[in-house]
Amino acid sequence: MSSRATRENEAYTLEVDKGRLIVKAFGRWNLDTVKDIDSALTADLEKLGYGPGEADSEASFEQVVFDFEGLEGIDTAGAYVLTRALGCHDGYCRMWSLVNSKKGQRSLMSVAAEASQEMEAAPKVPWFAPIERLGHGTMRGLSEAYDTIVFFGQFSVVLVKMILQPHRIRWKSVVALIEEVGLDAMPIVVILSFFIGAVIAFMGSDLLEVLGFQVFVVDLVGVSVLREFAVLITAILLAGRSNSAFTAQIGSMKMRQEIDAMTVIGLDTNETLVAPRALACLVSAPILTFAAMMAGILGGLLVCWTQDISPVLFTARLTEVVDVKHFWVGMVKAPVYGLVVAIIGCRQGLAVGGSVESLGSRTTTSVVQAIFTVIFLDALFAMMFLEMGV
Amino acid sequence: MARVDYNNLDLTAPVEARGLRTQFGTNVVHDNLHIRLNAGEILGVVGGSGSGKSVLLNTLLGLKEPDGGVIRVFGKERHSMSDEERRALDTRVGVLFQGGALFSSLSLRENVMVPMREHTDLPLKLMQELADMKINMVGLPMSAASLHPSDLSGGMKKRAGLARALALDPQMLFLDEPTAGLDPIGAHAFDELILELRDALNLTVFLVTHDLDTLFATSDRIAVLVDKHIAIADSPDNVVKYEHPWVREYFGGPRSRAASHGKSN
Repeated sequence: MSSRATRENEAYTLEVDKGRLIVKAFGRWNLDTVKDIDSALTADLEKLGYGPGEADSEASFEQVVFDFEGLEGIDTAGAYVLTRALGCHDGYCRMWSLVNSKKGQRSLMSVAAEASQEMEAAPKVPWFAPIERLGHGTMRGLSEAYDTIVFFGQFSVVLVKMILQPHRIRWKSVVALIEEVGLDAMPIVVILSFFIGAVIAFMGSDLLEVLGFQVFVVDLVGVSVLREFAVLITAILLAGRSNSAFTAQIGSMKMRQEIDAMTVIGLDTNETLVAPRALACLVSAPILTFAAMMAGILGGLLVCWTQDISPVLFTARLTEVVDVKHFWVGMVKAPVYGLVVAIIGCRQGLAVGGSVESLGSRTTTSVVQAIFTVIFLDALFAMMFLEMGV
Repeated sequence: MARVDYNNLDLTAPVEARGLRTQFGTNVVHDNLHIRLNAGEILGVVGGSGSGKSVLLNTLLGLKEPDGGVIRVFGKERHSMSDEERRALDTRVGVLFQGGALFSSLSLRENVMVPMREHTDLPLKLMQELADMKINMVGLPMSAASLHPSDLSGGMKKRAGLARALALDPQMLFLDEPTAGLDPIGAHAFDELILELRDALNLTVFLVTHDLDTLFATSDRIAVLVDKHIAIADSPDNVVKYEHPWVREYFGGPRSRAASHGKSN
């Protein structure tokens, strides 16, 4: 009969007869086999004018008959691929009926057909999407900066309150945190700045020897370590070590609703969690910085010794030419950086949401923000001291 | 996808354990425990808190090695299987953990796609469509597909977990407290969903629950885990009549009477 259009392969035959599409399925239609069936079926349906996405409000007059006589097995994936014959589009599907089905297959087909009908086409990505993302990112960065400043303000109020009422400070946790933040970080801070001091001495003596001013290496080591390096190394290590720990600790407390529980019980999280950490960093940072200074200078001294500058000459020149103000410039910055690092860590921890992902991204943000802020503040300090002539 | 050779499998008994013994240190949790699931049935497992229901579930799943006894999956002993066979059979089993255990860094659709990505070579678009279909099947709106687990309510998480468990069209479904923490309406809808899916997909279901309504509404058989073994595994009517002090207390309480009364109506 010429009015009949058919397509067939080993998994199915398609037959159009008097406005009805008859789909006979054979063999196994399951996750293992649907990959090949799907592409063939889609192409064949299109050739017959029954392609997916072609049903519309008129579609209810068209009929699709599924014949499962030759079918050995079908799962949801197979059923879903079969429903391509219904040409679902914008919530419209062709009518369908099922013959020669076994137990359960009818409800399986109904579930699949329903899902096909509900399926929405994936929204197209507009051309301005990258610009939109850029805008969102910028706004997020700005609001992040704003929130951090707000948090600083809130915490300053808490800090003033606590200084006025020192009995509200949780000394026990402050001391425990000083051990964790300060004492435990001591070896790594000392070793790192020892090496920094040594490297500066090496590089400096190499360069200054050419000019014949090798003894100036003492000035170089003294000023750079005391003024900048000791305190910066300390602050960066605090940011990498303690600030990330604060974010992770407070963040996981937040995830497990411990923070909510504290709020309900009437504990001020600023007072119980943030303040002890801030105080611990405030105390630890100058101590660590002092140790870093000593280690850095020791490193420089040892290297100079190998370059024919004896320790006696080194110390004599250090006391003679390196003013004590350089030491104070370094020490003054230490508590500020300590406080900044602690507060950023705590604020990011409190900003953690419900998911593991947000814990990870907040910890990253916390470390990046802390190091950025420390270096930014260092630049401000440098300009300030320059203006003051210190 | 790792192929399963269906010829030498006993499809009538998806999971069977004989003489199972589990212990933590000197604390024996199961001793000489027998349990068998028949294809196509929903087996409800009850037991007091701490009686080792979850341990039993983990042992049957292969997450915990038993200290004695054999576990057969589709008629084959689990510990004598090759890694490849085990992997292949694992794709025939879906699990819904108590909290849903969704991957929190992935959207719902991606969560459902994880098993498909691992075990099939379907094109991405078809995988996404199949994932959307599973999400629709468990009664979640399509708009939920792109949400992350942290944006979902408890009930939605359970449904999403079920969608992921169904991703590879398993023959067996393990459900650990599927209705715990759901309101009665949500729990009832979940019961209906389990029954509907069982009929449509011809699933065998291992259901651990404390929810007596769910138990009576869905189970074909009830297994009672008490005194370190399965004391009885039979139809709900027979289990309720079973003479054992704990069983009588469990099913004789006011909550149970209301639940079984509701079932008989």
